[in-house]
Amino acid sequence: MYAFEYHRPTSVKEAAGLAGQAEDTKFLAGGHTLLPTMKLRLAGPANLIDLGQIAELRGIERSGDTITIRAMMKHAEVANSPEVKEAIPALAEMAELIGDPHVRNRGTIGGSVANNDPSADYPAACLALNATIITNQRKIAADDFFQGIFTTALEEGEIITQVSFPIPSQAAYIKFRNPASRYALVGVFVAKHSDGVRVAVTGAGSNGVFRVPEMEQALSGNFAPEALDGVAVAEDEMNSDMHADAAYRAHLVGVMARRAVQAAATRG
Amino acid sequence: MTATGIGAPVRRKEDQRFVTGQGRYVDDFNRPGQAHAYFLRSPHAHAAIRSIDTGPATIMPGVIAIFTGDDLATDKIGGLICGWMIHSKDGSPMKAGPHPALAQGKVRYVGDHVAVVIAETLAQAKDAAEAIVVDYDVLPAVVDTAQATKASVQVHDVSPDNTVFNWHLGNKDETEAAFARAKHVTKIDLVNNRLVPNPIEPRAAVGEYDFGTDNYTLYTTSQNPHVARLVLSAFIGVAPEHKLRVIAPDVGGGFGSKIFIYAEETVCVWAAKKVKRPVKWTSDRSEAFLSDAHGRDHVTHAEMATDENGKIIALRVHTTANLGAYLSTFSSSVPTYLYAPLLSGQYDIPAIYCEVDGVYTNTAPVDAYRGAGRPEATFVVERLVEKTARELGQNPAEFRRKNYITQFPHVTPVIMTYDTGDYAASLDKALEIADYKNFEQRKQESVRRGKLRGIGFSSYIEACGIAPSQAVGSLGAGVGLWESAEVRVNPTGSVEVLTGSHSHGQGHETTFAQLVSDRLGISIDQVSIVHGDTDKVQFGMGTYGSRSGAVGMSAIAKAIDKVIAKGKKVAAHVLEASEGDIEFKDGRFGVAGTDRSMAFGEIALQAYIAHKFSGQDLEPGLKEGAFYDPTNFTFPAGVHICEVEIDPDTGVTKIERWTAVDDFGVIINPMIVEGQVHGGIAQGVGQALLEGAFYDESGQLITASFNDYCMPRAIDLPSFQVGMTVTPCPSNPLGIKGCGEAGAIAAPPAVINAITDALGHEDIAMPATPQAVWRAAQKSRMPMAAE
Ligand SMILES: Cc1cc2nc3c(=O)[nH]c(=O)nc-3n(C[C@H](O)[C@H](O)[C@H](O)COP(=O)(O)OP(=O)(O)OC[C@H]3O[C@@H](n4cnc5c(N)ncnc54)[C@H](O)[C@@H]3O)c2cc1C
Repeated sequence: MYAFEYHRPTSVKEAAGLAGQAEDTKFLAGGHTLLPTMKLRLAGPANLIDLGQIAELRGIERSGDTITIRAMMKHAEVANSPEVKEAIPALAEMAELIGDPHVRNRGTIGGSVANNDPSADYPAACLALNATIITNQRKIAADDFFQGIFTTALEEGEIITQVSFPIPSQAAYIKFRNPASRYALVGVFVAKHSDGVRVAVTGAGSNGVFRVPEMEQALSGNFAPEALDGVAVAEDEMNSDMHADAAYRAHLVGVMARRAVQAAATRG
Repeated sequence: MTATGIGAPVRRKEDQRFVTGQGRYVDDFNRPGQAHAYFLRSPHAHAAIRSIDTGPATIMPGVIAIFTGDDLATDKIGGLICGWMIHSKDGSPMKAGPHPALAQGKVRYVGDHVAVVIAETLAQAKDAAEAIVVDYDVLPAVVDTAQATKASVQVHDVSPDNTVFNWHLGNKDETEAAFARAKHVTKIDLVNNRLVPNPIEPRAAVGEYDFGTDNYTLYTTSQNPHVARLVLSAFIGVAPEHKLRVIAPDVGGGFGSKIFIYAEETVCVWAAKKVKRPVKWTSDRSEAFLSDAHGRDHVTHAEMATDENGKIIALRVHTTANLGAYLSTFSSSVPTYLYAPLLSGQYDIPAIYCEVDGVYTNTAPVDAYRGAGRPEATFVVERLVEKTARELGQNPAEFRRKNYITQFPHVTPVIMTYDTGDYAASLDKALEIADYKNFEQRKQESVRRGKLRGIGFSSYIEACGIAPSQAVGSLGAGVGLWESAEVRVNPTGSVEVLTGSHSHGQGHETTFAQLVSDRLGISIDQVSIVHGDTDKVQFGMGTYGSRSGAVGMSAIAKAIDKVIAKGKKVAAHVLEASEGDIEFKDGRFGVAGTDRSMAFGEIALQAYIAHKFSGQDLEPGLKEGAFYDPTNFTFPAGVHICEVEIDPDTGVTKIERWTAVDDFGVIINPMIVEGQVHGGIAQGVGQALLEGAFYDESGQLITASFNDYCMPRAIDLPSFQVGMTVTPCPSNPLGIKGCGEAGAIAAPPAVINAITDALGHEDIAMPATPQAVWRAAQKSRMPMAAE
């Protein structure tokens, strides 16, 4: 790790101000992505702005048909939240599938969404649930937010304050873990909304999280696993690495999608 | 059996300190004035070093010194050694290139040591290392085991075709003749995947030099501190043996990787004198992946010949063993004398011939890893036996039984004399525990759920103890392989055992104390086990090859016998009887045929106060030492049965049942033995399903963190069903065979045999990842659910 200045603001405004003034800053949330890269000297921000003391970044609320999760909520808190479990059980289950207990008790929704790791779980949930990412400056639809591997609509110094999720009628997330890292080798989040079905895939795409319009169309007509027969994702848009090549990933997307639909449909 | 004697499932004494965080590992030692070392490592797999400019780095904050290979050479510090001489078929000695602790002119793998920075803090040392300018002439790399001898790249000038040795063992002519008359020949091509050991505690070293006494001290993560001292003094020449104290305190796992003497500890001891400060280095996990000696990495073609009665008549094997970029301490012995002598397995095979090419590549050195050679041999034999049975249409269990050795001693064509065993007994028990008779029913049930189920056997044998010294010496070992012990009885009757074995997870503080408790009739709380310090223990060969029970404890037993003999002399004086009438039983010395007796502790006190005998008659005190050199290897053997269910949609293999029936001879502590079996199986399952170290073509390790290198987790494993059979080992006084590696040896072929059984074809390599199994399952004809 390289030396850095450590800041601990207590409000979003203060944090944004620090980010505006100081050179070469990074926000620190759970640190489960940022700190390992700093330890390996792959990142060396001069200023680290810890969001951990900002009370307004904490909390989960339900109002009407949406669940809003504030940025510093940890995966374990989302997984165990009665509100989330009741409104969108698939989202709580997704959070429970992230990493291991250490990761779930440090990593945050804000950090995960901001990072947009191509194998992370939250991006798939956000896309399938048609979430809105809310920052200290604006509201961004999930469809516009995730822009490719580790790339988002966030501007320099912009802070995610909350993510709001419309409550779907049925949803499920099925994840095929990378055996080593436990990130998603392929994860498929399926959600049935009043205006149609959304299917989002993480881990598999060569350009990060993506939706599958063919599957969405098929499922909007018939929300059952059989509806996906003959519907496949294009192999040449899949990622290939030492753990899984494009053909296997494309195949798994189909299998996980069917299983997700099955799980969502069975949940009733 | 007493509550704490031999055979009792005593809870581990050492766990109190380990689970409460009171263990003291090398990194916990901080010496006054200590500086920190950081090694600049090669980012290239193969490159000539044109120049190293340390100038700008030297003046950075906190930097005390920067050294390169030239500095070691100037001080006449020798290179690292390989302590086992292998001769090729043609009689020529192996062609070993130099192995400097810091590179001289060339780097040969990613992670090779280029320079060391010693600074006030580790962060400062790292900052300075980044400022060192190395001008590399990057060369093409050879990485692939099978291609090493054909590559245009040469790793060491002394080794043409990257060949260190072409070695062989067995009866070649008989083997060829048997193949010529065989009814059936089964062939197999196998890769034994490269593994990274990953003990939970990374390697570490603290070197210290005392200018007043000219004494050096090295704290190091070692499985064999005396061997480290011997090598560092006699061969590398950093300090004279009598001036070097090596301390291996609590060590958090080794699995073989901490047997070896590495560059880092060499440099820490040497540099401590140069900079007049204690020097500490602790590996981080990334360094461990790159620079701990890896394991396995064989490419093998093997053939098994059977006659018209389905009896195995011959086996021939050709193996290419990747030794990495340099020969690590015992690397040359692993794919040779620890491998080929086990190729007879549990079977009566009259003709066996094995050739091994040891090759250099631009990868991390490869050396002993849990099982060391025996897992590789067992994988060849058990995969081939399974495949032969399948090709002959025979039941794999009964095919094995038919070919088992049943008469002992049995001399194999590959220089082993098996002393005892009852392989059929283990098989019977394993079949019973595994509920083999209902397997077909379970298989059909899986088919109904769209799953594939398979069962795989592994009838393994291994050689433990690695001894006797004369035998290993004749095979090229640079050292003897006995063990030493000293039993010191205190005047209060408590006992300290000083042992040359080293515990780094094995539980010696408990099992060794159980032996003492059993023999002397005192509580294990009255016993302490002292190990891991060359200033306390006179000498020892350390712990590896499951030798601490069979060899280490035998030395202790021998010393205890001497203590009892001396105790009888003391008792004779005190009880005023003749020595021949003194009996020692249940912790008391008594006069035969009388009720006069004294407890062990009372006699100990009498030995020290020495009031009842004159110095002319008897020496005071009660302390005895022994060196024990066994008469043979020991031969643990057993049968493991693995049952898997495969999801053909995803390729996920789930281990549904695991049965292990092992014959470890006499067991000191069944709970610890079971733990060793569990851990060994976990490692073997890791190799079979999850783990694999892979380099890309340029020689970059692409599995260099736990993000990509998959270690087994609890959920990857079933609840093991462990059974035992016992044939006491005749070659040591305790009847112990050893249990530390059995699981890792037995498991990989059991898993792969189960998977290939489920798939209905043999085409799957380790690690059998979901992707690999899914792809292989595409080739299988999907079984139809039974109507
Ligand atoms: C061993 C391990 C296993 C894991 N497994 C999984 C897994 O299975 N699935 C999965 O999805 N994830 C996984 N993760 C990732 C983890 O769950 C976190 O989601 C991830 O590390 C990012 O969240 P964080 O709170 O730790 O963010 P940090 O590491 O603190 O920050 C990550 C990035 O986001 C920025 N950032 C953080 N918060 C905000 C904000 N409010 N506004 C703007 N920018 C912000 C930071 O500046 C930084 O660039 C794993 C991590 C580890 C270490």
